[in-house]
Amino acid sequence: MNAQTPSPLGIAGEIPAPVLETLGVRLPPTADRARAQAGQHGRLGLGKPLAYGWLLGPALLIFYWSVGSASGYIDSRVLPAPWATVTTAIDLIRDGRLQANLAISAVRAGEGLFFGVMVGVAVALVSGLSLVGGYVFDGLVQMKRAIPTLALIPLVILWFGIGEAMKVTVIAMSVFIPIYLQTHNALRGIDIKYVELAESLRLSHGAFIRHVVLPGALPGFLLGLRFAVMGAWLALVVVEQLNATSGIGYMINLARTYAQTDVIVVGLVVYALLGLASDFAVRFIEARTLTWRRTLAR
Amino acid sequence: MTQAVRVRNLVRRFTLRGVLNGVDLDIAKGEFVALLGRSGSGKSTLLRALADLDQEATGSGETVVPERLSVIFQDARLLPWKRVLDNVVLGLNGPDARRRALTALDEVRLAGRERAWPHELSGGEQQRVALARSLSRDPELLLADEPFGALDALTRIRMHGLLRQLSIVHNPAVLLVTHDVDEAIELADRVVVLEDGRIVADIAIDLPPDAAARAARFIALRRQLLALLGVHDALTEAA
Repeated sequence: MNAQTPSPLGIAGEIPAPVLETLGVRLPPTADRARAQAGQHGRLGLGKPLAYGWLLGPALLIFYWSVGSASGYIDSRVLPAPWATVTTAIDLIRDGRLQANLAISAVRAGEGLFFGVMVGVAVALVSGLSLVGGYVFDGLVQMKRAIPTLALIPLVILWFGIGEAMKVTVIAMSVFIPIYLQTHNALRGIDIKYVELAESLRLSHGAFIRHVVLPGALPGFLLGLRFAVMGAWLALVVVEQLNATSGIGYMINLARTYAQTDVIVVGLVVYALLGLASDFAVRFIEARTLTWRRTLAR
Repeated sequence: MTQAVRVRNLVRRFTLRGVLNGVDLDIAKGEFVALLGRSGSGKSTLLRALADLDQEATGSGETVVPERLSVIFQDARLLPWKRVLDNVVLGLNGPDARRRALTALDEVRLAGRERAWPHELSGGEQQRVALARSLSRDPELLLADEPFGALDALTRIRMHGLLRQLSIVHNPAVLLVTHDVDEAIELADRVVVLEDGRIVADIAIDLPPDAAARAARFIALRRQLLALLGVHDALTEAA
């Protein structure tokens, strides 16, 4: 508390401010002002974010896992200890198996993501910006949504065989859905107030789409992208368990055959880290492109 | 043509909102007209009809408005994803678009805030950007739909001064929709009162230059207009 500010009790500086607050003493507004200057919001805001606060959950998980393994509470045949997993990972990196499989998996997910996003955005634009487009595509996409990608795999295998084309297609299909849904929803959800503004400014149709609709729909698209990136990794797991001869999923499958729990866990951790890293990347893009937004979290 | 706006027997009907029952209105070039009316009297409907914003409305009648018209809404209606200057430039054509936008921002005393995001501005500043956006189009008719309704009293007084000054410089015909009687007398050359979709009064504002006489006339006009709006203010009655 500011020393120059007289305390309501006349004992400034002797009792810390939180104690006074719990005693029901109303402090002068300097405290609020200081908080406002520090960039925090009031009572209903989220408070000041910690730089690496999101690591708390994963850290707790590793902590309990370590305690469980060290105390023998977790059987190493069921789940190997964290340090055993780390040594296995080092071994896998030494003989090059992890990198080779990871590269192949990343290329698959990347290709699927690329095609899924391209098609998703294109169809969402056609369907979101024209009535006829909506009539043609929206119903079809909703039908596709009701069919799990897993259920389509037999058909995709018959069409594309069991090679890379099948794997990339399945990943792209799971990416397409969230991209389409979020982008289409955002395009159709542009506030009528901005449409009126564009009309009163006599904007051409092209200028309206470029300056109003597309930037207005960007937050929706980026939300879709976050779902899509996760969807790509999840689909990757599925396709790599099917007739694959390479990739992280193949590595896991092979380890199951030889009951190598540690290798399975390494594969799962790699999947988790990939998902986390790519979500992080999308959020980074979000923060850079949506600087104009003012939200609860900032 | 000395006339900016000509409306004859305008009828508008909505399934949900207000109606117009045969409105006739003329606004001369450079004339400042305030449109007063209670909520639901149809004043916004008339403005939106002139701005051609309600295409779904059914109705009849004739409206003639200039080619260059500009609308100021109650909310500043800035695109949150565009910086201040880009909001003003939006829809401006020609090689000197940016220069015109910068001049307009200077006129509303926002020079130096070109790179700000709309959410970084106060309500009054946002409305000044909207004013700059309108003026940069050099409108022959400015349609303002309760533009100061959401501002605090002090900011509103400052905005009145700014709007009056800029309407003298640019000299557009102005139709200001408001429910604020003082604002109407303060700014307009003529006040039109709308009730149930009809114009019930059309009063020229003839404030004398002498301060004492001006204050007396102001109070008389205020009482007259409030009575037309169905408000009988004890204080005004006493004066």
